[in-house]
Amino acid sequence: MEDLIFNLFIFVLASFVGFELISKVPPTLHTPLMSGANAISGITLIGALIIAGGSGSVYAQWIGFAAIVFATINVVGGFMVTDRMLEMFKKKEDNQ
Amino acid sequence: MSQFLPEMLQPYIPSVIQLFYLVATGFFIIGIKRLNSPSTARSGNRLASFGMFLGVVVTLFDRDIISFEFIIAGVVIGALIGAFAAKKVQMTAMPEMVAVFNGFGGGASALVAWGEFSRIAPELFETQALVTTGLSILIGSITFTGSFIAFGKLHGFISGGRIALPGQNQINLFFTIVALVLVGLFTFSPENQILFWSLFTLALLIGIFTVLPIGGADMPVVISLLNSYSGIAASMAGFVIGNNLLIISGALVGAAGLILTNIMCQAMNRKLWDVLFAAFGGEGVATAGLGDDKDKTVQKTFADDVAIQCAYAKKVVITPGYGLAVAQAQHALKEVADLLEEKGVDVKFGIHPVAGRMPGHMNVLLAEADVPYDQLFDMDEINTQFASTDVVLIIGANDVVNPAAKSSPGSPIYGMPILNVQEAKRTIVFKRSLSFGYAGIDNELFYSENNQMFFGDAKKSLQQLASALKDLD
Repeated sequence: MEDLIFNLFIFVLASFVGFELISKVPPTLHTPLMSGANAISGITLIGALIIAGGSGSVYAQWIGFAAIVFATINVVGGFMVTDRMLEMFKKKEDNQ
Repeated sequence: MSQFLPEMLQPYIPSVIQLFYLVATGFFIIGIKRLNSPSTARSGNRLASFGMFLGVVVTLFDRDIISFEFIIAGVVIGALIGAFAAKKVQMTAMPEMVAVFNGFGGGASALVAWGEFSRIAPELFETQALVTTGLSILIGSITFTGSFIAFGKLHGFISGGRIALPGQNQINLFFTIVALVLVGLFTFSPENQILFWSLFTLALLIGIFTVLPIGGADMPVVISLLNSYSGIAASMAGFVIGNNLLIISGALVGAAGLILTNIMCQAMNRKLWDVLFAAFGGEGVATAGLGDDKDKTVQKTFADDVAIQCAYAKKVVITPGYGLAVAQAQHALKEVADLLEEKGVDVKFGIHPVAGRMPGHMNVLLAEADVPYDQLFDMDEINTQFASTDVVLIIGANDVVNPAAKSSPGSPIYGMPILNVQEAKRTIVFKRSLSFGYAGIDNELFYSENNQMFFGDAKKSLQQLASALKDLD
């Protein structure tokens, strides 16, 4: 039970940080921001690693394997595509 | 991999892993913060990806991880697919790409909860782990199917309009309540396989049924909301396996995603509730202003004439819409803008928050064509300037310049903030025909006496304009 309470504290505090992090984003960045935040949600990959490499049944390991594939697509694809978008944002001086 | 470390270090490994998780969290927070501004955004994304790399590497030292075959195979396959998709995707297809990545993320969280549940005997699961397993499966599965439906709608596999049974909202509400009850029942009798699988199936169905009725124009808001869901699903998965990094990062994304969703709704003048439960967008709802079609005439114009008007103007504002992207005309537009600047014309781009297919999409498309972002102006900035503008070029945009949003209370877009292009001395609309925009309504602007229509494919028209401008020398 203490675990749950402790975790809830973390969850709620982190949510407040998340609310505060996004405030005056110019519309220019809405798309990359959504895509970048989405890549971070692939953090579930860490949980997938523990299940696929852990001491469970082969059945559980296969589920973990599928989870790794899914989460890695999310992480690698998400960060790369965000970088591709942001690479193109240049100030005028940089062009010349 | 902890067995490779010296014996004396073994007792410290779990704490060191936690400390690195703390560092990774810092990278995520600073990364998202830096994504708020164009000049720091790229480094922000890189910091976040480094944080992710750090988190993954230290996790491999976790003593619970004893075999690596599945891990290596999974990471290699996933990374190849993700990298390939990210390299190949067209910038115009960005909304559906984000939807797909997001779907995989949500699906992964559901799988993590399922995997943890299936490797540990149910009677050893604590209540908190059971509740969060149920929630993780519920939210992760909704995100998974919902995102793929969103992808299908944006990509045209599924009709963009409203697809719904009569009473669809009530059905969805009922399903959601049943799903939450199932989460509760599952917590009390985790050994019951039927409960577990009913929950899983129902969650997948809810994702399908809630996104199917939503019109194509509202899809960006839905993707943003699903992005928030996938964060929450990751956080719930963190509760299940007792991992702080998952709980924190998931909560960060969940909260940030909600705020972003809200910002998008404001920009589109939509309420989240209306997006989710009432349909408009992608569908010909209203017929306001259609009746008196016959009396209305438009003035047509051609490349040479547009070239002269622009070349002798002091100030030209260009307002692009999604039609520009469909015609792949960004580069032709950039050429026109450069030619005008060479002639000493002050050229600015006015970007409506929802120009393109999702907020900020048009900025990405113009950035791809090397338009510097300090030449792009948000709606509020550019609206103060139209009165002093000589010519406005409206390219492939319709609803976002429709004065009905201000003047006709009966119109479905009434109240939506628009670009006040009609304040300029002259507007020129580049468009294929007089057809309607997303909202399915006519546009008074086209018939105004200050307006001229330049009919044709946006790319061809802009190329003609560019060569006409060159001939002026």
